[in-house]
Amino acid sequence: MTKNPRKLFLFLIILTIVVAIIDLPEHYVLSIPWKGKTIFQKELNPPTLDIQVGSLHIQKSFTTHLGLDLAGGTHVVLEADMTGIPPASRMDALESSKQVIERRVNFFGVSEPVVQSLKSGDTYRVIVELPGIADVEQALTLIGQTAKLEFREFTKEGQESTESGFLFPTLTNTQSVDLSGKDLKKAALSFNSNNGEPEVTIEFTSEGGKKFADITKRLIGKPLAIFLDDTPLTWPTVTVEITDGSAIISGGFTYDQAKRLALQLNAGALPVPVSVVEKRIVGATLGADSIAKSVRAGCIGLGIVALFMILKYGWLGLYADFALVVYGLLTLALYRIIPITLTLPGIAGFILSIGMAVDSNILIFERFKEELRKGKPWQIAMELGFGKAWESIRDANFTTIITSIILFNPGNWDFLPSSGLIRGFAATLFLGVLISLFTGIVVTRTFIRVLYRGPKGGVS
Amino acid sequence: MIRFSKYIWLYVLISSLILVPGIYSLIRWGLLPSIDFTGGTVLEVRLEKPVEKDVVVSLAQKNTIDLIEMTQGEKNGYTFRMKQTKEESVDAFQYDLEKEGGKTDVLRKDFVGPVVGKELLGKAVIASLLAMFAILSYVAYAFKNIKFGFSAIIALLHDVLIMFVSFSLLGHFFGVEVDTLFVTAFLTTMSFSVHDTIVIFDRIREYRKRDTKTSLAVISDMALTETMGRSLVNSFTIIFMLLSLVLMGGETVHWFAVALLIGTITGTYSSPFIATPILILWDRWERKK
Repeated sequence: MTKNPRKLFLFLIILTIVVAIIDLPEHYVLSIPWKGKTIFQKELNPPTLDIQVGSLHIQKSFTTHLGLDLAGGTHVVLEADMTGIPPASRMDALESSKQVIERRVNFFGVSEPVVQSLKSGDTYRVIVELPGIADVEQALTLIGQTAKLEFREFTKEGQESTESGFLFPTLTNTQSVDLSGKDLKKAALSFNSNNGEPEVTIEFTSEGGKKFADITKRLIGKPLAIFLDDTPLTWPTVTVEITDGSAIISGGFTYDQAKRLALQLNAGALPVPVSVVEKRIVGATLGADSIAKSVRAGCIGLGIVALFMILKYGWLGLYADFALVVYGLLTLALYRIIPITLTLPGIAGFILSIGMAVDSNILIFERFKEELRKGKPWQIAMELGFGKAWESIRDANFTTIITSIILFNPGNWDFLPSSGLIRGFAATLFLGVLISLFTGIVVTRTFIRVLYRGPKGGVS
Repeated sequence: MIRFSKYIWLYVLISSLILVPGIYSLIRWGLLPSIDFTGGTVLEVRLEKPVEKDVVVSLAQKNTIDLIEMTQGEKNGYTFRMKQTKEESVDAFQYDLEKEGGKTDVLRKDFVGPVVGKELLGKAVIASLLAMFAILSYVAYAFKNIKFGFSAIIALLHDVLIMFVSFSLLGHFFGVEVDTLFVTAFLTTMSFSVHDTIVIFDRIREYRKRDTKTSLAVISDMALTETMGRSLVNSFTIIFMLLSLVLMGGETVHWFAVALLIGTITGTYSSPFIATPILILWDRWERKK
């Protein structure tokens, strides 16, 4: 694969150093005591990127994002206004509000939120817990809006006054055309092909598309107003009958506004208006003590695995352990770069992929031993070991990759989970398998090619 | 070479030892869902002085409250999560707390809905089925034989079933609950089980390419003998990690680690002793036809 393993080796060393720097602990004070005095003291922090290239400004800090279960986050209570809902169907309204809010939070990209309905006495509430505290305000504006989309036409009286000049559509001078957010199939952010302005493209369901065709046919030459939460967004004049079941909402949006609107329309409208009644910071749900213990146990476990590999495979085991260290550093760095919110299910995915990383090496080493037993010189046996183990490593890891992609549900399909819990697991598993393929094969092989001097007493 | 294929009856016996009582338990008692699935009661208070966890636990027991979690916030603020509890018991618990921690401000006393609703569980099941179908197709394609795909999936179903029945038994006899972490452990087991099976199948495929005359049973025995070492070594590494979590990890992850441990053990076991025998039996049955 590579003509020069030494070059690759050097590259791997540099890569390891780079990711190790990204992985530096946060706010860790390093002090080196010497003869009772501290000769060196410095607070360590992961680096931050701040690059200005033309108009592009990249700013990124590499910190680990921890989930609610590990680090706590923001606890928000939303209260639903049930005045317009008959008491018998209030629980249903609460449940569907909860589902819409959950979808919005997930679409927004907040990883691992917790969304719960709550009824106490006569109040109907939805609890949202968001990991971390960044962007909470932004997330809240997104969550809180009703996002009721409605198409309206001017009433007769309204129409008459239009001719006399400019008219602003209101709820009183317009009437519903029986086409609303419920008729939407999906909405997406798009850009105007002429002026590049952000807009929202909507696609109707087949029934909604028919309705829309009828309406546009009827209203040619007349304005059709689009209302969001009872506020007019835009009221373009219909020029042709639109039969392809899609429409564009443009209204001088900023990029963020258009994106948010598309998200909200996709997640559906809230059946009842909600308002934030409480917001506070909460501690880790798993408990700090429990986490500390588990981390320690995990480290001990890893140590045993490393020791076991050395005892079983000698030098080769040691190289596999090196590869494992690179694996750990690389994974943590990627978690910080992407960023991935780390939760307990995520850690399970991580552990499983460590197992798979070790497994690749075990498969290779066992093959290597077999070839040695057949009397092949060790260099050839090693290359054969890698070659023969590859097929099973490929097939085994490929099925895991398929599973993780289905669980991650990248297309946001409705029939698959889009919940944080399962996604977090899938994301870490997916990354873990890819990285473990790299470290288990490329890293170990390079280490062996450059450093290994053959088995003890082996023929070379 | 060890003639693994001679002892298929033994593997059936071992699996049934767990599956038969387990399935009985699963049908009779089901699983014990946690507050994540059922919802429950949350009491949040602010006390004058701090209270020890042990004290709170004994107070909860006294009032027949199933305390699930206790978190401490700022200024002696405490949040108690409990299973669906009668209002009187919560009041009595609160009264007892007041004796320990001084004047008690009740900040919250709520009855909450589940974190994981039926909708999400349904979707997780669909996703798992889809994943199984995809695995089946891929294995059948990679091994150019549908038998391999089905055998791998049956072993996977066996492992998943073992997990469910184990937690049904654990739930009935030790009150262990099934929570969102169990869902994760279940998904992990799914991936691990197939991973392990493929390694063995790969060996069988390799031998079959070289030698088309020898019966599948003998070839499988050769493959199992050769891969047994690696299967055990690999599983041991994962089992070491999980055992240390079970024995020394925090309370909140204890049963999660146990679930993963069960999954790993059955995942390792099922590859040589469920997936491979099914492959052999299927092959024999096909030849007889």
